[in-house]
Amino acid sequence: MNAKVQLENLNVHFGKNHAVKNATMDFSANSVTAIIGPSGCGKSTVLRSLNRMHDLTPGSKVSGRVSLDGMDIYDRGIDPVAIRRRVGMVFQKPNPFPAMSIHDNVIAGYKLNGRVNRAEADEIVESSLKRVALWDEVKDRLRANAMELSGGQQQRLCIARTIAVKPEVILMDEPASALDPLSTLKIEELIEELKEKYTIIIVTHNMQQAARVSDITAFFYLGELIESGETKKIFTNPEKRQTEDYITGRFG
Amino acid sequence: MTVLAWRKGKSAGMTLLMALFTLAVLIPLVLIFIHIIKMGFSSINLDFFLQIPKPTGETGGGMANGLAGSAILITLASLLGIPVGIFGAIYLTEYGGGRFSDLIRFCADVLSGIPSIITGMVAYTLLVVPLKGFSALAGAFALSLIMIPIVLRTTEEQLKLVPGTLREASLALGIPLWRTTLKVTLRSALTGVITGILLSIARVAGETAPLLFTALGNQFWSRKLTEPIAAMPLQIFSFAISPYDDWHRLAWAGALVLVTIMFGLSLAARYFGRSRQSGN
Repeated sequence: MNAKVQLENLNVHFGKNHAVKNATMDFSANSVTAIIGPSGCGKSTVLRSLNRMHDLTPGSKVSGRVSLDGMDIYDRGIDPVAIRRRVGMVFQKPNPFPAMSIHDNVIAGYKLNGRVNRAEADEIVESSLKRVALWDEVKDRLRANAMELSGGQQQRLCIARTIAVKPEVILMDEPASALDPLSTLKIEELIEELKEKYTIIIVTHNMQQAARVSDITAFFYLGELIESGETKKIFTNPEKRQTEDYITGRFG
Repeated sequence: MTVLAWRKGKSAGMTLLMALFTLAVLIPLVLIFIHIIKMGFSSINLDFFLQIPKPTGETGGGMANGLAGSAILITLASLLGIPVGIFGAIYLTEYGGGRFSDLIRFCADVLSGIPSIITGMVAYTLLVVPLKGFSALAGAFALSLIMIPIVLRTTEEQLKLVPGTLREASLALGIPLWRTTLKVTLRSALTGVITGILLSIARVAGETAPLLFTALGNQFWSRKLTEPIAAMPLQIFSFAISPYDDWHRLAWAGALVLVTIMFGLSLAARYFGRSRQSGN
């Protein structure tokens, strides 16, 4: 499999805190990579350095190389906004725009950037909502406020909003941790379907979830990438002691 | 039982005391209102809103030029004060951070505490002296100096209340920071920001001191913004200290109109503030 996103000696500092240390790994195209590890291990920090979300955090410093299709996204001439169009993100807590309707939330990536052709917008909204299997549930109330939806529906709406702008990579930061088991299942099924078209990188606290949805798993501990490899191998026959301790529940 | 009775008695006594203190706060406000209405209401008629003051010795006349002058001064002051306040607040919350932001914040706090006559002196030095004359522009500038810190600080507070997850949602979609700020962050805070603007207008509408040696006042209509201009508070002041009964009546009427306008603005501010709390 070819590498879509590559990390080479990624280091992230927040002031004096060295959050990610010398991480080097590849993320394959059209697959799901899970990043696991205990709280504070730097897994979300790694994820957020892939679409340059740290740019807005005062005191943060990213060094090393992060490349997307071989291009260094932290290069001087690169516009972070252009990167974020290609690398979408879904957050832990569903965060639809509260003042917008369901329809407007899906099309927000276009609408907030200027005008959008109405017919085109309707088409994008329908195809995006169908893709996340939300269309049948909301097609009769597209103009209703997005906050009227349940938490699980809101999260699928946020995924629809992310894929509406046609990214290549989708980052998911514990996308199901605020949801009930049934909604979690739906999100996991969705991830399975989305990987045909997108490169998916998911941070999760839930090891069963990582085992269920991912092809590759990377284990981070105290800011260091301890081990990464095929999910099956990581969960059945890990190479490092720390990985084994974590997945068998001895700590974390 | 006697213990319970003692407690109940103590509670009732305290409640009564609180009620008395509340009354003590309310009574002056109510008295002022009643007095102004009593003195001013009879002098309010169509002429008050349509005519300029008559020369001494003639009866009648109104404060049309003062009303228009106040409207012009407030509009001009808003044109400067509101954008500077809002964009300053956006800088502090969305773009700034660090020592420079703290310095701006501190300066805004000091500026809002400065006696308003000082802002009048600043405008006098900066505009009246170089332009060689009192003018509406100088008056508006002085008022805007009072508006800026109020708008800035209230807008900043409102922007801080917007959850970071909302900004991130927009940024992660590839929306530039400036569009995110205007269309998501500021939009979410809009009702609170409008409340702050209305309160700042209510505050400067009644300011007299900063206008004394900037706008100066005018018994007639002003034709240019570089001329002295009439304003409600100035007119009320000069009429109230004049020796003519007719002018005293006009001053009372003016006071009533001014208080009513400020009452309306505060009410509107409350309305906006409440619609924000009641949800999206």
